Amino acid sequence: MSAHGQPAPTQVAASEDRAGFTAEAARQTEVRRHVLLSTPALIVLFCAASGPLLIMLVYSFLSAGPYGGIEWKFSIDGWFNVFMQRDIFNDTLSIADAHVSILWRSIKLSLLTTFTCFVLGFPTAYFIATRPPDKRNLWLFFVTIPFWTNLLIRTFAIMELIRNKGVINTALTSFGLIDEPIQMLYTDFAVMVGMTYVYLPLMVLPIYASMEKLDFRLVEAGYDLYATRFKVLMRIIVPLVKPGIVAGSILVFIPALGAYVTPRILGGGLHMMLGNLIGLQFGQGRNWPLGAALSLTLLALVMVALLIYVRGANKSEAGRHG
Amino acid sequence: MDLAESMDDAGLEAAAGGEVAIEAQNVTKLFGSGEDEVRALDNISLSIRENEFFTLLGPSGCGKTTLLRLIAGFEHPSAGRILLQGSDISHLPPFKRPVNTVFQSYALFPHMTVAGNIAFGLEMLKIPKDEVAATVDEMLALVKMEELKHRKTSQISGGQQQRVALARALAPRPRVLLLDEPLSALDLKLRKEMRIELKQLQHETGITFVFVTHDQEEALTMSDRLAVMNNGNILQIGNPREIYDHPANRFVASFIGDTNFLDAELTSLSEAGSAVTLLSGKSVPVSLPKGDFSVGKVTVVIRPEHVRLTKPTPEAALTGTLRNIVYFGTDTNYHLQLADDTPFIVRVQNPRDTQESYQQGDKLGIEIGDNAVQVLRD
Repeated sequence: MSAHGQPAPTQVAASEDRAGFTAEAARQTEVRRHVLLSTPALIVLFCAASGPLLIMLVYSFLSAGPYGGIEWKFSIDGWFNVFMQRDIFNDTLSIADAHVSILWRSIKLSLLTTFTCFVLGFPTAYFIATRPPDKRNLWLFFVTIPFWTNLLIRTFAIMELIRNKGVINTALTSFGLIDEPIQMLYTDFAVMVGMTYVYLPLMVLPIYASMEKLDFRLVEAGYDLYATRFKVLMRIIVPLVKPGIVAGSILVFIPALGAYVTPRILGGGLHMMLGNLIGLQFGQGRNWPLGAALSLTLLALVMVALLIYVRGANKSEAGRHG
Repeated sequence: MDLAESMDDAGLEAAAGGEVAIEAQNVTKLFGSGEDEVRALDNISLSIRENEFFTLLGPSGCGKTTLLRLIAGFEHPSAGRILLQGSDISHLPPFKRPVNTVFQSYALFPHMTVAGNIAFGLEMLKIPKDEVAATVDEMLALVKMEELKHRKTSQISGGQQQRVALARALAPRPRVLLLDEPLSALDLKLRKEMRIELKQLQHETGITFVFVTHDQEEALTMSDRLAVMNNGNILQIGNPREIYDHPANRFVASFIGDTNFLDAELTSLSEAGSAVTLLSGKSVPVSLPKGDFSVGKVTVVIRPEHVRLTKPTPEAALTGTLRNIVYFGTDTNYHLQLADDTPFIVRVQNPRDTQESYQQGDKLGIEIGDNAVQVLRD
């Protein structure tokens, strides 16, 4: 937008006022102008989100090409294969156990990751928010340090820590605490640890943002009214920083559900999540329609989860001393 | 030091006057350390009686809020003890003290309704549900807020929030209610109404109120007794009339009300009556605060409303030139300049429908009534 573009709407608004336009009209002009400001971002989001989505939707109803890609022939095989499988020998139908277990693992690990991030992130956010204002930025800066290095490098670093001959097992063995190394790498546990590490800042930052706005005199008022530390936490702090907790949980749960790199490296081939399954269909599996259908299933799953979560959050808000 | 001695006297008097609710014994509170160390309270002692409306009065930073926070338990003394009805509470956390606070900002819980706020303390004390409900209704009636029971605290006005804060703090029936400048956010008219209401509330509930303010008018109108504080010290304790009529030192005299300060010479000291000679050469009777005095130079205070303007007769205790006339509605302040250039204010109540009879530049006499002159300790 040019520098000259800015003053013009103001002048227009002013002349409209003179012409006797109502306050409502002026307000609408104001809203329109603000919409204009967000247009570039909206265009990017629209093209980047809806374009590919539309392509996915179309692909999911086409047939798989023999060497990957698609054939322009309508088919519901992609959707059919999300949950069902046809035995190649006797043509019987059965539930796609592998898909179901991957789906279940994805949900389970994402929920666990969200929970662990909350358990670790909430006290961290509380700690930062209760520092003197001039020290808080430094602590926030520490929280963002992991973002400085590439996700792959960080994930390989975790691998180095938890593999059988890694730092942790070597240390435990040399102290004589264990005889055999503990198998941590290529387990669900490893995937969860990795995701917790990657997504923890996404939990800390929104909770901190809410916590920073918390009036700590309310905490004093709670203590004054005979609430113990635990009661103050549960009855005053948590309800008041709930918007941050909701935002943080969403920011962790959604990317965790579709995680690709972490389960790929730390889970090995055996502990796939939805993201890996989708990746597989577009790669070695050469089944693009199935991949597209799985992607949309993931999308639907996220939306349902969000809907349940947000509705639950609103309800508990309204229920309190209503 | 005679200041400390007279503080001890005040403590003993309090003990004699009724059961002691709160007692501070040689309390010191330091904040920070090293070069940044701040002495918020400097070895203060104080007794607050049961069922008393006691005010801590002083400018901001004088330590009054710190003392309140020590009683509430948000801070703990660096030295000394705080007793509640005889038992040491110095190091108890706030939730173990039968003391509640009305905060300056009210600190109402924004995620609860009016009723939820009032019920909070009772719920924390694990009082049965029906009893909580009954007490909440009782408190709402006490502060006349029944209709707003189910409102969110963000949907009510500042004055109403104030009442909810009061009800919330009174609901658990604390032994002592602490009020931290609760009226400062209200407009003047509401503030004046609330003064009367607070006083009445204290009377009805029979709870000891400890009220913190920097507003001398608030302190004088509501308190049974008050302590004037400055720089972490208590300068004087007494009832409003004692403090106003017999300020012990320069700070108390200037902080509370308008005051004229004059240099004078203490010429006679006796049980029957002491006297000072003013710079004009006239001798007037004076009252002395507690403590030892000897004949010599002193500072005296005279309240502007305790003197009268006259024609410049030879009998007048002081004479001066009228420099300024400030009209207040109820009163008029006449700003005079005495012979030695000291400013002197005379306050005269305005009679109905009379023209001002004095003009700027007039030479006028000042007649000093009995008991109007008070010697300061410093």
